[in-house]
Formats: sequence, C-alpha cells, structure tokens
Amino acid sequence: MAKVVVVTSGKGGVGKTTSTAAIGVALALGGEKVAVVDFDVGLRNLDLVMGAERRVVYDLIDVVQGNAKLSQALIRDKRVDTLSLLPASQTRDKDALSEEGVSRVIDELRQNFDWIICDSPAGIERGATLAMRHADIAIVVANPEVSSVRDSDRIIGLLDSKTRKAEKGERIEKHLLLTRYDSGRAKRGEMLRTEDVLDILSIPLLGIIPESQEVLRASNLGQPIVASNATSAPARAYLDAVRRLKGETVAMMIPSNRTGVFAKLFRQRAA
Amino acid sequence: MSLLSFLRRRGSAPVAHQRLQILLAHERAVIGQSDLITVLREEILAGIAKHVRMDPEKVQVKMERGDVVSTLEVEVEIPLNTRLAAPIGKA
Repeated sequence: MAKVVVVTSGKGGVGKTTSTAAIGVALALGGEKVAVVDFDVGLRNLDLVMGAERRVVYDLIDVVQGNAKLSQALIRDKRVDTLSLLPASQTRDKDALSEEGVSRVIDELRQNFDWIICDSPAGIERGATLAMRHADIAIVVANPEVSSVRDSDRIIGLLDSKTRKAEKGERIEKHLLLTRYDSGRAKRGEMLRTEDVLDILSIPLLGIIPESQEVLRASNLGQPIVASNATSAPARAYLDAVRRLKGETVAMMIPSNRTGVFAKLFRQRAA
Repeated sequence: MSLLSFLRRRGSAPVAHQRLQILLAHERAVIGQSDLITVLREEILAGIAKHVRMDPEKVQVKMERGDVVSTLEVEVEIPLNTRLAAPIGKA
C-alpha cells in the first residue's frame, strides 16, 4: 500500500527541498519505488537539487490539466533507478492546480510507487494546502529558531484540519525533522534544544540533521546529500530518519561533522 | 564584553523557549476562535441577507470568551424603509 508523505514547514528556507531529495534518494536506495513531487509551482527547485533541471519536458500542471501523461512527465533518476521526479511548472501559477486534478495524479502515483514524497511550497496558501491534502504522513521541517517553530505550529494546525485524512476524522501521522541543528550551540544555551522544540510542538521526532557545509556542496553539485557523500554527517542523519520513517527503531543520534574512521566513535547522543 | 552580558548571551535559548510557549498558547486559542467567529458571522449574515438588504458596514460582531460561557453578539442595522430583498421561496 503506497504511502503519501508531505514535506512541509510554513516557513521558507528551512530545508524542505533538500530534505525531500535526501529522503527520496534514501528510500530508493533501499529498493523502494519512490516518486518525489514538486508542488512549488512557479518556484520549482527540486529538479535543480536533484540535478535534473535540464531533463524537464512536462510538469505537474501538464499532467493535472491532462496535456501530458504521468509517464511522460516523470523523470527517472540517473543514480537510483527506482526513483522518479515529477517537477513543478516554472511558468504557471498555483491557481492552475485543480483539486480534482491533483487528486487524480496522486491516485495514479499510488498505483505505481511505494512512496510519494510531496515537496510543499512555503506558506499556508493553496499550493501548500494542496500539497498536504492527500498525505498519510507529514514531515514538518523546522530549524531551532523562533519563527520557524511558530510557523511549524501553524502548519500542524492545518494538517489537523485541512487534510483529507483529518476531514474524514482520521489522524494524520506527523513527524518533526529538525534541521540545521548545532549541538554545540544548543549545549551552550545559544540555540533552542531538541527537547525545547519537542516540548512546544508535541509531535514525535523523526531526526536531527546537523548544520553542515556538505548541504550547500550537495546542492551546488545537483546531488542529493545522501548521494553526494553518504558518509557525511547530514547524510547519515537522513539515512537514520528514513529508517525511522519505515518503522525501524533507531537510537536518536546527532552524527558529528568529523569524517573518517573516528566519525562513528564521536557520534553524540541527542541533547 | 562584560561578564554580565556574556552570561545574558548564553541565556538566549531559554528566552526563545519561553517566548514561544506564551505566544503559541495565545495563538492556538485565537486561531480557533477567529475561525468560529468568521463561520458564525458569515452564516448569520447570509441568513439575514436572504430576506433583507443591509449595509455590510453597519454590522458588528463581538465575541466574549468566558471560563464557562462565551457570548456572540451580532448587531445589524436595518433601515426603516427596508423591503424584502427577494420574495420568500424564490431566492
């Protein structure tokens, strides 16, 4: 049974697209059939982060409006062949997304994939609500910073009221992914600690992604972080998060940025 | 940098935590409440508008939340020369 996951946050720039790409690649490396879908119509970037920007022919709007078949619009990843990307349109706006059209595309994706990962646009408008509409699971991406946590709280409220699951009276599964975490600063009281954020948002923790230069390097290269350097601290954190997403119990560690043989020895327990 | 300001800088995360707790306790309540006000106001006004022409500016909606009872006050000004907006049953 396919699972539809929305990666959302309210606030922009917290790492939704980076996380969507990393989670998509990590799931696909485990042999799962994965589609990553960019819902950020007009400001698409998932194609760029995945290194597929020159291969886009058709997009989500073309499929929603029936101008192209889903199979024509999906771009097969060159690194992992069980991974596909459905890009957003760059020239249209979010009004071109119809509710019925999105519903039809998601249903068709469900028949062909194990996981459908929807990259939500920032904000709480139409694009964001349509991206979360059909989700079974929500990954709320937040930075340990006041404005991001406040916006995440707002998004959690929308997930509990505007999704189809919520409207049917069912519970949507929600997970927190804390990104750009600096455990040194958190320990020194300079940054909200993991437990501070969990105390406020009250949803289970999927993973802690440490602040790392590797993330920018990966997007520069158009290689999702898990593919560009699988042993880097953020890549290991994403791989652990994905194991938790699949239901495994994995101790909550914050991989350190140290590389080499000692990296695993220096893994720190979550603060 | 003095020792005092150094200590204060160390303490910024607890301040952030406390500010968020206070803010979100308030926002969660207000967001639920304003949704209810909007729904009630729109439905009540739509109900009145079916029968009476009215000036949207001359409508006031107030809500008071108490511990036990909350009240919704809707004040609509209806001019003396008002007629039925549409025959009942045909709207």
